Amino acid sequence: MITAGIDVGAKTIKVVLLDGGKILAKTSVLAGFETEQSVEEAYKEALAKAGIERSAVGKVGATGAGRKAVAFAQTVVTEVSADAQGAVFLHPSARTVIDVGAEEGRGIKTNADGKVVDFAVNEKCAAGAGAFTESMARALEVTLAQFGDISLKSNKSIPMNAQCTVFAESEVVSLIHSNTSKEDIARAVHDAIASRISAMVRRVGLEQDVILVGGVAYNIGFLDSIKRTLGIENVVVPQDPEYVGALGAAVVAGAAGN
Amino acid sequence: MAEFWRWKEYNWKDPDKDWKTAKMITAGIDVGSVSSQAVIATDGELYAYSSMRTGSNSPDSARKALEWALQDTGMKQENIQYVVGTGYGRVNVPFANKAITEIACHARGANFMAGNSVRTILDMGGQDCKAIHCDEKGKVTNFLMNDKCAAGTGRGMEVIADLLAVPIEQVGELSFNVPEEPEPVSSTCVVFAKSEAMGLLKDGWTKSKVLAAYCLAMAKRVSELLERIGVEKEFFITGGIAKNAGVVKRLEQVIGISAVQSKYDSQLAGALGAALFGQALLQKEKAAGKVA
Repeated sequence: MITAGIDVGAKTIKVVLLDGGKILAKTSVLAGFETEQSVEEAYKEALAKAGIERSAVGKVGATGAGRKAVAFAQTVVTEVSADAQGAVFLHPSARTVIDVGAEEGRGIKTNADGKVVDFAVNEKCAAGAGAFTESMARALEVTLAQFGDISLKSNKSIPMNAQCTVFAESEVVSLIHSNTSKEDIARAVHDAIASRISAMVRRVGLEQDVILVGGVAYNIGFLDSIKRTLGIENVVVPQDPEYVGALGAAVVAGAAGN
Repeated sequence: MAEFWRWKEYNWKDPDKDWKTAKMITAGIDVGSVSSQAVIATDGELYAYSSMRTGSNSPDSARKALEWALQDTGMKQENIQYVVGTGYGRVNVPFANKAITEIACHARGANFMAGNSVRTILDMGGQDCKAIHCDEKGKVTNFLMNDKCAAGTGRGMEVIADLLAVPIEQVGELSFNVPEEPEPVSSTCVVFAKSEAMGLLKDGWTKSKVLAAYCLAMAKRVSELLERIGVEKEFFITGGIAKNAGVVKRLEQVIGISAVQSKYDSQLAGALGAALFGQALLQKEKAAGKVA
């Protein structure tokens, strides 16, 4: 049976079409003002990519903060469950899932079946989420890709005093004015967010393998910082890490049908 | 792009006072995280002041603020006998005789501005919010502060003003332009509140309604700080947000206590308190025969 997983995130909507163990198509669109319309657009694009009709999809699973916008979904799962399912599907030995999205950071402990054992989320504050790195890259006037790259060139660790994203932006501006290099500032920012995410991971208990998902997983500067703050060598980043939630929703939708 | 958060910088001097007849001239410089103020006091009375945005360099901000307060007074920096620095950049006021914490200065300034019956001061600044208890002399007896999070601070309000393209000085007035009070925005974090506000606009909320919801959320947020320390009358609000009736009126409703009104500019409390401390310290030095 073909199943679809739709992850309606704070910033983007991701769709994964799954046929048994095989991924047929992935699409991502920016979540516009009209969420339902953006969902429809992303879903149609995925169907076109896979070359299948809407009727060929047996079940649809929805997840993400805006999951209620997927009116045609039969299964609705939380982001935490979807992440765990998606991560174990891709990497069966994953036991800790770190998901850093636009507005949420999560540390999830899962078992071998992709069932959630425990989790911690930063729901109240943007300090441990992608919006934080995005604001800081903007303050430094570099692209997100450059932001990760230059961070690796720094070998100096400067503590950031501000926890709040709004305040950190002013702090970055003062660091620029005090002639701190962009490389060192980039690393300080990644270290700051990584230390917040690490605290969540420690709360649920760190167990290997650790898998990093969500859009921020593309950021190699953050990857380097999270390895350092967790004190581990190996953090798995799957291909297309931002689709793991959508994939998990598709897996759950399939399982619910059996 | 227009910068809606940008509030006006200003200076003022008392046209009825002649500083040349003053026995003691002191200054207080409050270098805050967002704004800086310089106050010049003659014989313990307010003579001139300035308020401007803090630059990236604290010593420069302190110097500029003082220069602007001195403008058109004929007074020179060397005429000032004692300078006290306060605020988050207080250690970076190169020409200060002494640095005193902004908490002590705010209490001292509030005591002067709103009278000696003030016991609770809420200072809503650019990047922090403080609830202070003081005695009849303006001496601090207890305080609590939030400097970790932009919710409930001036900087947070600037972000929302920018998002809605509403000049920051008009936020308060516009927020009352609603048929009935909406529920407060649910997000504490300013970054999340921004997303939430965008969603509300999308749902057809007017800017006024979003502002009402945000002002109410901010009032509730700071009321928690006040509840923890306890509000003892009289109650006085200092800092930039004190000028935003949208937050002040709603806060008064939430806590059920009205704030004392003052003829002085609420943003001056720190610098004014610093100048008054300067006056007391100068007096002490004079008595000890250290200065002429």
